[in-house]
Amino acid sequence: MSPTSAPSRDRDGGAAPTGRKAGRGGAVRRHPFARFLVRRIVTALLLALGITLVTFILTNLVPGDPAAANLGQRAIGDPAIVAQWRADHGLDKPLPQQYLMHLSGLLQGDFGQSQQSHRPVADDLAEFVPATLELAGAAILISLVAGVGFGVVAALRRDRLSDHILRVTSLFGISVPTFWLALVAFYVFFYRLQIAPGSGRIDPGMTPPPHVTGLYTVDAALSGQWDVFASAAGHLATPALVLALYTIGLLTRFTRSAVLEVLGQDYVRAARAKGLPGRVILFRYVLRPALVPIITVAGLAFGSLLSGTVLVEAIFAWPGVGQYAYKSATSLDLPAVMGVGLVVGVVYLVINLVVDVLYGVIDPRVRLS
Amino acid sequence: MIRRKTALESRGLTRRLPEAWRQPLAIVGGVVALAWIVVALAAPVLAPHDPLAQELPRLAPPGPGHWFGTDQLGRDILSRVLWGARVSIPLTLLLVALSVLIGGLLGACAGYFGRWVDETIMRLADLVFAFPTIILAMVVAAALGASLGNAVLAVLVVAWPAYARVTRGLVLGIREREFVVSGRLLGFSAWRSLRVDVLPNVTGPVMVLATLDIGTALLLLSGLSFLGLGAKPPSPEWGAMVASGVEVFDSWWVATFPGLAILTVVLAFNFLGDTLRDALDPRTARAIKERAI
Repeated sequence: MSPTSAPSRDRDGGAAPTGRKAGRGGAVRRHPFARFLVRRIVTALLLALGITLVTFILTNLVPGDPAAANLGQRAIGDPAIVAQWRADHGLDKPLPQQYLMHLSGLLQGDFGQSQQSHRPVADDLAEFVPATLELAGAAILISLVAGVGFGVVAALRRDRLSDHILRVTSLFGISVPTFWLALVAFYVFFYRLQIAPGSGRIDPGMTPPPHVTGLYTVDAALSGQWDVFASAAGHLATPALVLALYTIGLLTRFTRSAVLEVLGQDYVRAARAKGLPGRVILFRYVLRPALVPIITVAGLAFGSLLSGTVLVEAIFAWPGVGQYAYKSATSLDLPAVMGVGLVVGVVYLVINLVVDVLYGVIDPRVRLS
Repeated sequence: MIRRKTALESRGLTRRLPEAWRQPLAIVGGVVALAWIVVALAAPVLAPHDPLAQELPRLAPPGPGHWFGTDQLGRDILSRVLWGARVSIPLTLLLVALSVLIGGLLGACAGYFGRWVDETIMRLADLVFAFPTIILAMVVAAALGASLGNAVLAVLVVAWPAYARVTRGLVLGIREREFVVSGRLLGFSAWRSLRVDVLPNVTGPVMVLATLDIGTALLLLSGLSFLGLGAKPPSPEWGAMVASGVEVFDSWWVATFPGLAILTVVLAFNFLGDTLRDALDPRTARAIKERAI
């Protein structure tokens, strides 16, 4: 009767804990997890709609005239051309109608034209998203392993020296300006010590691996090009570590308090009294319930990682969405900035949806309440 | 769980606060934060040079006469870092104060009035939470145009919902308690009831959140300036100074010292906030960190 066996039973049958409710309700009530899922997905869809509305409103807040930005000097002087351009782009329509047009455009993958690259924003994003996913993915993996590990150690060694050191270190991690740390790391590891490779995703002169996922490390491994893999992993290491420092700090603090809370529970004391080995108590009795708040924070942390990429990619010349966002923001290329906001917002939404679902899988109380 | 504890918490606040101040981390944080505030006030006296004057040799490494070196325009970096405190610290404090005010008020209204007021405000907050902070701040700042004032506005847009959420949760718990209900029965107006009965019970946890948020706000604000969406040159803003160091990164001192300035301020307030939070109910820790970023 370990805590790990109980929820899996709920997932399969759902009979035991729902029996009480099933008597009163209809089909949905008998599948509380399905209802939980549907509710979460509907919320996420509404929020996604909200995100499009926010970016649309912000685009229209801009004092500048988009016609002026897109037409040449001579064309601006001719009111007929300007009116024609505005009509072509639907700008003569009322705002709600413009929004609907914008929305239907988005559904067809039309994010507008970047004023900087003169290409559709969707094409730009498609090119840059894999690089950012690789970087953020590596960073979140590092953060989860290190953050949860440090947090568990800090909790188990509460109020001892290692706990205090980890506390100061994690506070340090959440206080460092990422953009500055990236610069310092680049200077120290690449310029001074020359142990890190320079900017970019692989060594110059090396051909990228055949495109499968767009993640160079994965693609190189898939095609068995281990020299490319080593180069890609080497290039990934420093920016990923810089990016991860903040989330490591966050997860360490969180894991510590989550584990401490569980350690104080009666059933843990009972397990100890029963003489179970510490390892068994930690992995089977403590970590699972502690994972619920940890996963929530990890989802939120991913958002901060995506934010961080904007600051880190610029310095490591990492050709991802972050650098694209940085360049677009500095040149006030609004369609591109909004495209990034939209895509990153939706990615973040999906991740939090996944987190919510995981939450339900791990903790039956969530999906049953 | 949070709701029931709040009234007790605030009563305990005054009792436990002195204890928090005796923690080494809080002392270090307090001293450093205070030192920076003094620097911000006394920068004109402390700074050896005019922060804008381009009168020194360009890109001179740290040495006598210019301890932090000079930048690519021959300006003294130490003076610029000291003057930078006058730009960043007051703006950050103002920013957090405004977030507390706006977020707290909206959250209190949402919690107290419930129904459609609650729905409208909290869905709006959810929408802001749906974006990673700097992305939304960047989008807002880009739309409003690059200036320090707009950067503050952009950070405000992403910062208020955290306070709204926390305040709402606290108010929800207090609203139904006997002393609030009896106040209403005595004929208190909604505003008076909020002000007299509810607000004092909410202040403690919100203040902890605000202390922790000072660091985050400064990081965001300087991050926007780093991206070119905040302070304009030649303003000695720390984020913008780090950005100018990117161009000449082999002259390490240009970016290092303003970065250290940001780090020490943020660290000081995080030390303070973290200790305060521990001193209060550990459960509020979760409510506070739920917004985390």
